[in-house]
Amino acid sequence: MSPPAIRHPGLLLGEGHPDVNENAEEMLFGFWVFLMSDAIVFGLLFATYAAMLHGTAGGPGPKTLYDIKSAFMETLALLSSTFTYGMATLSLKYRTRGGSLITWLLVTLGLAVIFLGLEVHDFISMLDKGGWPERSGFLSAFFALVPLHGLHVTSGCIWMIALIGQVAVYGIDKDVKLGLLRLGLFWHFLDIVWIVIFSVVYLGGLA
Amino acid sequence: MTLVHFIFGRLGFDSLPFWDAVKDPTFGNIVNSAIATFAASLVLFGGALTAGLITYYGKWRVLWSEWLTSVDHKRIGIMYIVLAFVMLARALIEAALMRGQQAFGLGGGFLSPEHFGQLFSTHGSIMIFFMAMPFLTGMINFVMPLQIGARDVSFPVMNSVSLGLTTAGAALVMISLVLGKFSTGGWSGYPPYTEIPFNPGVGPDYWIWAISLSSVGSMLTGINFAVTIYKQRAPGMTLFRMPLFTWTALCTSILMIFAMPPLTVATALLALDRYLGFHFFTNGFGGNMMNYANLFWLFGHPEVYILILPSFGIYSEVFSTFSGKTLYGYVSLVLATMSIGVLSFTVWLHHFFTMGQSANVNAVFGTATMLIGIPTGVKVYDWILTMYRGRVRFTVPLVYALAFMMLFVIGGLTGIILANPSLDYQVHNTLFLVAHFHNMLIPGLLFGMLAGYHFWFPKAFGFRLHERWGMVSALCWIAGFVLAFFPLYALGLLGYPRRTLAFFNPVYLPYMIVAFVGALVILAAFTSLVIQLVVSVRRREELRVPAGDPWDGRSLEWATAAPPPEYNFAVLPTVTGRDAFMHSKETGHAYGVPVRFTGIKMPKNSAMGFAVCVGGGLLGFALVWHIWWLCVAASLGLCAVMIGRGYARDTEKIIPAAEVERDHMRWLATVAASRPVTRAHEIEPANDGRAVPPFLEAAE
Repeated sequence: MSPPAIRHPGLLLGEGHPDVNENAEEMLFGFWVFLMSDAIVFGLLFATYAAMLHGTAGGPGPKTLYDIKSAFMETLALLSSTFTYGMATLSLKYRTRGGSLITWLLVTLGLAVIFLGLEVHDFISMLDKGGWPERSGFLSAFFALVPLHGLHVTSGCIWMIALIGQVAVYGIDKDVKLGLLRLGLFWHFLDIVWIVIFSVVYLGGLA
Repeated sequence: MTLVHFIFGRLGFDSLPFWDAVKDPTFGNIVNSAIATFAASLVLFGGALTAGLITYYGKWRVLWSEWLTSVDHKRIGIMYIVLAFVMLARALIEAALMRGQQAFGLGGGFLSPEHFGQLFSTHGSIMIFFMAMPFLTGMINFVMPLQIGARDVSFPVMNSVSLGLTTAGAALVMISLVLGKFSTGGWSGYPPYTEIPFNPGVGPDYWIWAISLSSVGSMLTGINFAVTIYKQRAPGMTLFRMPLFTWTALCTSILMIFAMPPLTVATALLALDRYLGFHFFTNGFGGNMMNYANLFWLFGHPEVYILILPSFGIYSEVFSTFSGKTLYGYVSLVLATMSIGVLSFTVWLHHFFTMGQSANVNAVFGTATMLIGIPTGVKVYDWILTMYRGRVRFTVPLVYALAFMMLFVIGGLTGIILANPSLDYQVHNTLFLVAHFHNMLIPGLLFGMLAGYHFWFPKAFGFRLHERWGMVSALCWIAGFVLAFFPLYALGLLGYPRRTLAFFNPVYLPYMIVAFVGALVILAAFTSLVIQLVVSVRRREELRVPAGDPWDGRSLEWATAAPPPEYNFAVLPTVTGRDAFMHSKETGHAYGVPVRFTGIKMPKNSAMGFAVCVGGGLLGFALVWHIWWLCVAASLGLCAVMIGRGYARDTEKIIPAAEVERDHMRWLATVAASRPVTRAHEIEPANDGRAVPPFLEAAE
């Protein structure tokens, strides 16, 4: 009798990876549940942002502060990184030769660094224009929501580096695979959050 | 910035509890400082005594290797409940002090307003976050994996991390007795009062970080329990065969997953306001405290059901077991539980009917609130019908359950009154409300937890609790509750505002005195619980139930030894219906010898939970006192621990088949040697934990 098929939402590593099958379902399901909880955090911050949009207290508003060009470039960088992370997972699944998994991870990491760099640049230029979080409720809401996403991306990067380190020490073993699958969910989740930020905060603010 | 300020932040001699009396020795200051200093020395003395006893008995190694680093769900559950009892003791003393203040409150009393404010803030925060939450989390931790026939929870190390976070939060509240002052903003910490302009001191910061630590811990707990219930059930244990306690655990976990984030967000935004000058809830600059009210109660209302549903589960088990009948209306109870779970997210606004929204909005939320009465009513009828024509035994858990049923219905009725916005305007912010939620939470939550404590104690430790002292305690709890809180309904209707130090109208006095007597009776109830524990430990030989089934139990937790082995079941049970263990007793399959034993894979101990406890506690402490170097160090430490954990590989051990077989056969021999006991002799020393099901009693 063959063991019951492993089923979980997201990319299945499939039959070539008998080592992960035992734990994958439970691990990944648990991580999905965590993401739901995290989504509530973002949802509430979006609601807070919407509620405080007009609380500018005479300070600068979205039209003065936001730079759509830069935000668009950030979007491109982050969306590309989600594609390259997908390529990394496919290399994992099909065990492609050589260091292609690591290469794709490093490319993803590079794109994430570009994203973060642009974002920090954005924040600094907002501060230059007088857009400090202490200035108004609106800016407080902005600086709670958008940098929190950036913080998530940063922790995703640290996680990725830690996983690359694990590959260096142990090779691509069961725990690395499970870690990469979870990080993948996290990474794509952050992409979705960013799409909402781009639409609601930047496009909505400038509309 | 001086070096001293760099090292100690805001800490100084003025943080000590007797500083006010030294600096300005008025009579009032001396009384309040004396009380605060006595409390602080109790904390220090308690800590020193515990450490001394552990050293005296040479138990540090045992404590470390079998408890603090354990990832066994049963031990983690027990540690949660120990934490709950310690915090319960403190919060009860505070409650009695407040009732004492008000009993002498005609024209002033003896406490300062500041001190009184700290008392009701710590009392509320502790009772919700560090008594009720750990108690129910511990209960679910211990019982649920056994009930579904699992070996542990899905993420055992994360389980100990959750415990560590909750403990760190509780430790901060305890430290606030010794260093500095706690918040005076109540358990809900409403801004703008808790903002810097009104409260620049450390009080609200203590509250923020204690609550944040525990809310993250509870969120992780929720994930852990829900995944365990979805993924770890024994073969054949379909969802609709789960014991009702497990159903309520599932519903509570789902609520934790969705309701804890709003609290984390609320406290985090308040912290941004206080630490970095943001303007979320401030009076000016576009801030709006209504956002806080919404966020907080978006957590706060589901929280009520997080607290109460596990108790509903315990009552279901208790009514069914001590009536010797299968639970009446199982499916309706499950549906009622899940409906309450959904409805709990639709009523948060009834916590602030008076805060300015339109009458139509209030009407919608008032109606939604009343709807919750329907599934709750269904439950009460189901429990009554479970007892109907059953063989009801008046043991301690059943006495708690009966008291709950009667008192809870009264509390529910006053809830319907409060759900009506126009009536709510009359009693809002009065002691009527205080009476109402104590009426829901003491019979609803606490009596349930105490019933569960009596019910499952023999499973956890292998001996029963002393019945007579348990009964004394239960009756004191019930009488004390009625005396302490029913007068508060009257006081509220007479217009006495909540959280008010003193009064000048003598009409309140008689009620206040009765309520104070009630508080003293409740203290007696707690004392009896402590005495009961001591007596039970002393007489453990005659109370022993090694066969593991003292109450003629129905679900799987009774199908293993007491205390259960680390891996719970030598061979995972196969389930064919509800009341799985009762079924196997009836068909004669209980206590069978397995065909084959195999080695069992179990998680190894981990110091991760302890490390997070220390790191999280230090981080919170450093944030409260603005000790920035310690903040950085603790954060880096926490990161290092988390990254380092990813590099751990050797995290599992195999318990060899021979060892499993040896222990299991020894237990079966114990069962065979135990005298079967009928329900008539349930609370006598003859009860070794081997029950004779009723249908076999005639043969005995």
